[in-house]
Amino acid sequence: MSVAELERPASAPVAGARACTHCGLPVPAGFAADDEGRAFCCAGCETAYAIIHEHGLDAYYGMTERRDGPVRASGRSYDELDHPTFQQLYVRRTPDGLAQVDLYLDGVHCAACLWLVERVPLVVAGVARAELNLRRSLARVIWDDRQVPLSTIARTLESLGYRPHPFRGLEVEAARRREDRAMLARIGVAGAIAANVMLAALALYSGWLGGMEHEYERFFRWVSLALTAPTLLWPGRVFFTGAWASLRTRTLHMDLPIAVALGAGFVQGVANTVRDAGPIYFDGLAALVFALLAGRFVQMRGQRAAADAAELLYSLTPSTARVVEDDGTHDLPSEALLPGMRLEVRPGETLAADGVVLGGRSSLDRSLLTGESRPVSVSEGDEVFAGTTNLSSTLTVRVTAAGETSRLARLVARIEESGRRRAPTVQLADRLAGWFVGVVLVLAVVTWAVWRSIDPAVAADNAIALLIVTCPCALALATPLAVSTAVGRAARQGILIKGGDVVELLARPSRILLDKTGTITEARTALVEWSGPDWVKPLVLAAERDSAHPIADGFLRAWPDVAIPRVTEAVHTVGGGIEAVVDGRRVIVGSPWFVSVRHRATGADRTARPVAVARTAPLTPVLVAVDGEIVAAAGFGDPIRDDAGRTLAELRRRGWSIGILSGDDPAVVASVGARLGFAPADCAGGASPEEKLRVVERARAHGPIVVVGDGVNDAAAIAAASVGIGVHGGAEASLATADVYLARPGLAPLVQLADGSARTMRVIRRNIAFSIVYNLIGATLAVTGRINPLVAAVLMPASSLTVVLASWLSTTFTDGER
Amino acid sequence: VSIIYLVVPLATLVVLAAVIAFVWAARRGQFDDLDSPSVRMLHDDADVSAARPSDGRWKRRYR
Repeated sequence: MSVAELERPASAPVAGARACTHCGLPVPAGFAADDEGRAFCCAGCETAYAIIHEHGLDAYYGMTERRDGPVRASGRSYDELDHPTFQQLYVRRTPDGLAQVDLYLDGVHCAACLWLVERVPLVVAGVARAELNLRRSLARVIWDDRQVPLSTIARTLESLGYRPHPFRGLEVEAARRREDRAMLARIGVAGAIAANVMLAALALYSGWLGGMEHEYERFFRWVSLALTAPTLLWPGRVFFTGAWASLRTRTLHMDLPIAVALGAGFVQGVANTVRDAGPIYFDGLAALVFALLAGRFVQMRGQRAAADAAELLYSLTPSTARVVEDDGTHDLPSEALLPGMRLEVRPGETLAADGVVLGGRSSLDRSLLTGESRPVSVSEGDEVFAGTTNLSSTLTVRVTAAGETSRLARLVARIEESGRRRAPTVQLADRLAGWFVGVVLVLAVVTWAVWRSIDPAVAADNAIALLIVTCPCALALATPLAVSTAVGRAARQGILIKGGDVVELLARPSRILLDKTGTITEARTALVEWSGPDWVKPLVLAAERDSAHPIADGFLRAWPDVAIPRVTEAVHTVGGGIEAVVDGRRVIVGSPWFVSVRHRATGADRTARPVAVARTAPLTPVLVAVDGEIVAAAGFGDPIRDDAGRTLAELRRRGWSIGILSGDDPAVVASVGARLGFAPADCAGGASPEEKLRVVERARAHGPIVVVGDGVNDAAAIAAASVGIGVHGGAEASLATADVYLARPGLAPLVQLADGSARTMRVIRRNIAFSIVYNLIGATLAVTGRINPLVAAVLMPASSLTVVLASWLSTTFTDGER
Repeated sequence: VSIIYLVVPLATLVVLAAVIAFVWAARRGQFDDLDSPSVRMLHDDADVSAARPSDGRWKRRYR
């Protein structure tokens, strides 16, 4: 769908900044409002609005929370989705003969997105259902493939602003779903049993206080046993397997003391039930299993997203490529590409394999892979990589490596590997668990020995009561609860934290490495230098208006208030620039090489300085010639984010040591670093993704390291880092490897993250202190022989409840600390 | 013989039924997505699955 097909009044001056009807951003002046007062900041938004309006979905604009960015259409055809091989790999059949596919959508965030995506059946005839999982950004589309091809649905989703990627992690997804469901089922069973054992216990305790016939007492003890046995055998089994693994691998884990308490309590409970005397602890045990499983589930759900990261990365490469053969071109799935094949790559498309350019001249956006902010021009003989996007014109490429052997795939493999190799952080609570087991066991033996000399009849009872009452329930819940409430609050602040260990690592200042492109700087190309008279501006805008090149976008955003005159003719030249006729004048905008071979060499040398500036200050130079004479020069670069300076200063003040690690040109990195007050030694440029990974792995030997980045080129480093942080605006699918994702633009959330983590750690320590105090009380009672099942049943939940309340009432990530 | 010997096993059976129902629902994926439905039910409009035929203008433009 092209811009030109949507009629727009040529040029009408607009006063002030009007908000885009679709996305709410300011509208550039050249884009006038129509008769009904609608105006759009870009063609993408206009298309999206047209679709929404035309299908009576205007209710979308009545929703309070909507997407906040403009719609950027790639113009892709998505034809590959209709290919039989794609269909075979990713499309399933529903029982009623419809086709079903899972698509990963970029940019779905809120209720309005959900509403809009699920209204796709109203927009495209033949779609039966679209269901979106908001948390995972996965849309399941069910449609009649005899009526409408999948590519049409994909194009519609993209026009609405949600770029679809085929979701290739089907197997991982299925395994994960099974695990989740099994866990939930266990919690349900444990909960039901716990509640009913407690009812039986209530009867026993009332009888104990008010008198109960022995016959009934025995009956309820057997009922408790019958109910508790399944909870230990099925849902509670995870603790015993965990404890066994912990013993076998000699790593301490909270499961060990829990298993000891559960095991000891159950064995004694069974023995006492059979011999019909002495305490049974079934109610406490059943409640314990339920509380611990629930706590663990909460923790697991938060840590989930990191698991299938690499699968999502694959979604970035196109699923098919256009292969040129003697009898024409054919679409082939990327999986079937072989070295030696010739590919045709059109502008806007992403390369599916590594290769060498055979013909054509174009510029490539490699930022996703290498972090270079400037498009790289390629011509015959140059090496190109899968995952890079062709910007300006069609290229013919001979495949050298495809599939598993491509650079992107190897990078993904490294990411997976470093993710696996990363030793799990031993959490504070687990470190304590080791001490805990030792102390409790020694204490139990001492109790038994001492009581044997006082009263042999109760020695075993008291020792076992000690084991049970000191079950570290609150200790096991302390961390997950504090972390999960903190994670929930952070999410509301636009900071998405995936794992609890992250909080522990971020609580103390360490070393932090930031990527430059897209992290410290804005990822978008912007006009930084302009040297030329104002009358040239409208001519430039007119010439650039219909271009998809980032330079054009930079011009349009730099001068939103300039009215755009009518263009009568425009020729876009690959890797060079644009020649256009505007109001009868011949305008050339493009690279110095492109412009200089086309203009008449007349004297006026007013462009020498800007061009020189652009060349030294690592900017991309652009020249403008009108009627054969160079009249203006512009320099494009990526501007530093507004809040970068303040954020970095704040972090330094808190004791963090900060460095830049970028794939961009060292000169660019150095100039950005100098402006932000970095020592030259802290600014490393020109680092390939593989090198970034090496730097991070080396640095890890000296202590925890935090990596902040935005693209695939950072993904391996992010995955290898102690804590990887992805920033807003990066490739969302690739950021799945990050432990933390900043869903709010800018770097300011980093400070908040550091502060919130420190506060969360304080809550965790407080929780642990609470639970230890409770255990001391319990242990004292048990050692002195004053414990009984009722005291145990009160003491254990009370400690857990305290921890729950303390976590809930804590202020970790709050609004007031921006 | 007390009624309690009848009532307690009966209650246990009821619990068993509830547990089976829950496990069945969990295994069928009823609890897979707990976020989207809470938002979805706020959108009170007509059934989307009864897709209305798309009009020609849309098709012409986006084919």
